[in-house]
Amino acid sequence: MKIRQWLLALILRRLLGRGRETPPAPAPQPERIVAAGSPDRRAENLVVALLGVAVLFGLGFIVTYAEFSPADMPNALLGICLGGCLLSIGVALTVVAKRLVVTEELEDDYPETHPGQQDEIAEIVRQSGSRITRKRLLLTAGAAAGTTLGLAGLTPALSLGPFWDTGPLDSTPWRRGTRLVDESGGPLTADAIQRQTFYTAFPEGADPELIGSPLVVIRLDPDKLHLPSGRAGWAPGGILAFSKICTHAGCAIALYRNPKFPPVEPKPALVCPCHYSTFDPYTGGTVTYGPAGRPLPQLPLTVDAAGHLRAAGNFSGRVGPSWWNVRERPT
Amino acid sequence: MSPDPLADPVRFIDERTSSAPLMRKGLRYLFPDHWSFLLGEVALYAFVVLILTGIYLALFFDPSTAKTVYHGAYTPLDGQTMSDAYKSVVDISFSYKAGLLIRQTHHWAADVFVASIVMHLMRVFFTGAFRKPRELTWIVGLILLFTALLEGYLGYSLVDDLLSGMGLAIGYGVGLSIPVIGGPLMLGIFGAPFPGNSHFESRLYIAHVFLIPGLLATLIAVHLVLIMARHHTQFRESRRHTERRIVGVPMFPGQAPRSLALMFFVAALLVVMGALIQINPIWQWGPYQPWLGTNGAQPDWYLGWLIGALRLMPGFDVTVGHYTLIPNPFWGGILFPMVVLGVLLTFPFLERRFTRDSAVHNLADRPRDAPFRTAFGVAFLSWIFLVFAFGAADRAFVLLDLSYNVQLFAFRIAIWVVPAILFVVTRRWCRALQAAESVQARREAAEHAVDQRRRLPASGD
Repeated sequence: MKIRQWLLALILRRLLGRGRETPPAPAPQPERIVAAGSPDRRAENLVVALLGVAVLFGLGFIVTYAEFSPADMPNALLGICLGGCLLSIGVALTVVAKRLVVTEELEDDYPETHPGQQDEIAEIVRQSGSRITRKRLLLTAGAAAGTTLGLAGLTPALSLGPFWDTGPLDSTPWRRGTRLVDESGGPLTADAIQRQTFYTAFPEGADPELIGSPLVVIRLDPDKLHLPSGRAGWAPGGILAFSKICTHAGCAIALYRNPKFPPVEPKPALVCPCHYSTFDPYTGGTVTYGPAGRPLPQLPLTVDAAGHLRAAGNFSGRVGPSWWNVRERPT
Repeated sequence: MSPDPLADPVRFIDERTSSAPLMRKGLRYLFPDHWSFLLGEVALYAFVVLILTGIYLALFFDPSTAKTVYHGAYTPLDGQTMSDAYKSVVDISFSYKAGLLIRQTHHWAADVFVASIVMHLMRVFFTGAFRKPRELTWIVGLILLFTALLEGYLGYSLVDDLLSGMGLAIGYGVGLSIPVIGGPLMLGIFGAPFPGNSHFESRLYIAHVFLIPGLLATLIAVHLVLIMARHHTQFRESRRHTERRIVGVPMFPGQAPRSLALMFFVAALLVVMGALIQINPIWQWGPYQPWLGTNGAQPDWYLGWLIGALRLMPGFDVTVGHYTLIPNPFWGGILFPMVVLGVLLTFPFLERRFTRDSAVHNLADRPRDAPFRTAFGVAFLSWIFLVFAFGAADRAFVLLDLSYNVQLFAFRIAIWVVPAILFVVTRRWCRALQAAESVQARREAAEHAVDQRRRLPASGD
């Protein structure tokens, strides 16, 4: 049976003119580069199955995406489908690595250095410059041109901001007579300021987002205040206003420590939640704790005829984080 | 006849590029087999996930601080005034299908990216793999790490939620504290005093999605080329592993499926984390305003060492008369990370100088093989870690009821004492391990000699 088939094939190949006169001698097997290993059909099946699972997960992702509206999109299901797809492919590749390809440890030389060529390079450079007599002059001129070109290229970057005009860092929108308003723009009346809580205030008609704008306003017992000299009358009725921007790193002074039982608890303080700089409002915003290096600037207040709070001048010191500049307004 | 590029791509490419020798060399490039060598690959694959998810996010993010009133899917924020930037991220989270998944995966990928770089750095340090001829790889890797920190910070600063704004304010304060140039520099970057002018958000954006990723990709490419030029280090696992001969699994077929599998595992892990573990729920923080702040705010983990340093620093500005010379945030926010970077950058050169060892090292040390380096590394890491841990002192106060004040006091001492103790202990430990090994080796040699003597008369028989 087999012989007949073989004969038939031979005849057919001859007729079609593609066969050879004699069956080819078995060609010498080229030496293998990659080590041989035996086939593993079960591992192949496993890889196919895992890739099939990946297809299912991938379809699951697409179907989930299509089926749900944004409002009730199940994020967990979406992610598990995509993650499952990725994971299945990862496991399939692991099976390939462990059971379908040969993982052989080979040896090789670590790369060498090339002292001969190093010298040659140096020599090429040296010889190339042998016609030049005044190397230093040329190099200096080249460096000057290159540096100038670089500086010229960087010059437009000066338009990024007012580099030299650091005045804006020191300015605040507060002027004598500026009214204090709340977040909705309504004026703050002195009577509305209660003890044991704090208020955020802004200058009327100015941009509240300026770092010099926001105030923290509190009311304390006027008899217990020990404000620095020169701040007499800055706290009408015990109402104090400080910049709300911490002098350490510029966060908002968003915490007001207010003792529930004053005899044993620390007295009221203004605290920044970023690094816990703590300021004592009784003494005009001096630092009592934390990393801040200078007091919280205080804003002098007055109460006008209508009972509204107004600024009686500008802050006692510079607002915002410190920088290479005046520490406090010289008195 | 020209070969069909699909049927015979190798021939097609070689005939056009003459690159068959390079391709062949690449296929048989050897990877020494050790699990710790995969940490760098994890970082690489996390970067791939960051790029892919980042592209999606960039298509929906709106880098503008123009104000808008929210009337979107997340009703608790309805009617709030917020920036377009913040609104677009809330929309990515709630109004675009799979947007939340991609956003959270992106954020987790950033955290894992930096974490795997740090682990990789520790592996390289403690095995002495930074030594000649690999100092350049080490330097590029360090610049990569610090660039990645900046990239992560810019990423979460873009969103303009409350936490991101607080982070930017601190960044502004820290930048302002650089002596002499701080003020002009911050005015240049922000365009105006904090919170900056209308260009600032788009500057952040182009830095986060183009400039810094381009730099990262370039540094990664240089890092990889430098590795390939010198090959990996290897441990002395057998007599075959020497300074001159590398033993490893070839790129193809051995290493490729394993490395690709790792890539898919990393991606799967990040996507599943993005699906199941909430990260930075910006809709809960609300939009940022300079006058708002919240207690208990924490940055992403990789900036924890900086918040710790800012909080640990005693409160003073360096002043002369009424002039501030060095504001406080400089110490923790600028000097501390610069010292860390400087020590790590110069370590290979200092070590070479003090050990007078300028030989080429392709064999990796085990930590015990270099007691001083290991002890120094442990002490140095513990110093950074303690500063990092103090960054969470306010959380420890809330969760464990540990007084913040007591912690501050304890940490100010511990950051100096603990590294000193760990240095001494680690060095002793390394030497003890070495001594134990030499005892073991002598015993084995002696037993071997006894064996030989016993066998000799028998063989003469």
